[in-house]
Amino acid sequence: MGMGVEIRNRIAKRAAEEIKNGMIVNLGIGIPSFVPNHLPAGTNVMFHAENGITGMGPSPEKGKEDENLCNAGGFPVSIVKGASYCDSTIAFGMIRRGRVDMTILGSLEVSGKGDLANWIVPGKKVPGMGGAMELAQKAKKVIVLMNQTDKYGNPKIVDECTLPLTSARCVDMIITDMAVFQISAHGITLTDLFVPHSINEVRAKTGCSFTIAENVRVIN
Amino acid sequence: MENTFNKIIELDDAMKHFRDGMIIMFGGFGGIGTPPSLIDGILDNGFKDLTLIGNDSGFPHIGIGKVVSQGRARKMIASHIGSNPVAGQLMTDGKMEVEFSPQGILAERIRAGGVGIPAILSDIGLDNDIVTGNKQTCSVGGKKYLVETALTADISIVFAKKADPYGNLIFDKSARNTNPLVAMAGDMTIAEVEEIVPLGSLDPDEIITPGVFVNYIVPSKGVNWKWAWE
Repeated sequence: MGMGVEIRNRIAKRAAEEIKNGMIVNLGIGIPSFVPNHLPAGTNVMFHAENGITGMGPSPEKGKEDENLCNAGGFPVSIVKGASYCDSTIAFGMIRRGRVDMTILGSLEVSGKGDLANWIVPGKKVPGMGGAMELAQKAKKVIVLMNQTDKYGNPKIVDECTLPLTSARCVDMIITDMAVFQISAHGITLTDLFVPHSINEVRAKTGCSFTIAENVRVIN
Repeated sequence: MENTFNKIIELDDAMKHFRDGMIIMFGGFGGIGTPPSLIDGILDNGFKDLTLIGNDSGFPHIGIGKVVSQGRARKMIASHIGSNPVAGQLMTDGKMEVEFSPQGILAERIRAGGVGIPAILSDIGLDNDIVTGNKQTCSVGGKKYLVETALTADISIVFAKKADPYGNLIFDKSARNTNPLVAMAGDMTIAEVEEIVPLGSLDPDEIITPGVFVNYIVPSKGVNWKWAWE
């Protein structure tokens, strides 16, 4: 998504704060894949992959890859102690049954109501939904990491999504390069602000109105 | 190796069961766990107008992607084709029909086909036209569900780490993925395997796919494509 490493890491680090000991977490491709680098030592998390791994570990060293041990994106991974393999129905059974505590993924658009649109650009890109619908609809908490605006400067957080929805009213939290938003039945609220951005600047680059938390946390 | 059940055959003999226009279901996820020698057999023998059912369309030079890229499929049922731009182009040009199914529901439809269940009920993508299509809906306990029909195939092709002569299979790590499901859903199932071991040498407790579901076993020549990460 064309952002600097420092900003990408700041987003990933903030997302890592949401992961608690004992959770089962599914990570999408892109910035979400950097989240594990920011977990405090000793956090016991089982990372889940749609292709049937529970307990994914970091990428292996070059030369030590195993072609039959890869994440859902097809890239080599390792496993942690206590990991297991399963077939695709069981991997998705974990998701639909509500055993996956959190999914962290990217998006093209998110509405202020938490509608997620991240799987298709009609007429341009028709990649298919993969596992995104099940994750968005059934993971206990859905966190979106994305830029505040697209490459043309248009807000990606909007009043109503213009792209086809992956799932309606499913997003709980958005972390962008400028701010953090919580979404609940009461609407969307700005909770954190990344230095050097101001609330007015965020407001100008957000396509829907939002409320502001009582104590906005400012993050360097 | 004693061929006790006459299931162990050479690739050329396996290819005698294929024909143009067939429905072929394949195991694998992004090419991982897709049987390389059977894929090459399909290509070398020129089979075309195929309907392919599986998780995704691989990469242009990896897994089922090799068959797709050569325009051998007239239809594909998959959860995504994003990693294979050729598949996207064929779809856009109207040369290949693609039916998208959410990944886990696709896996369940294949499993249903494999275990003799005509359809499953799903609440995934209920508010999405591309998923709902012309599917029937029904109500259970006051909630609305989509009727997702089971999938079967003329031939299923799978890739396993080990087989015994009965066709009992074990898989390798994340290369298991859709293989045990696909193995059950074919009218005929051909397993390409990295190693064939004597009858009785697999621990019955570790067998993932019972040989009941496997008609033929073909020794693999191994993966001959370069992975995206290499």
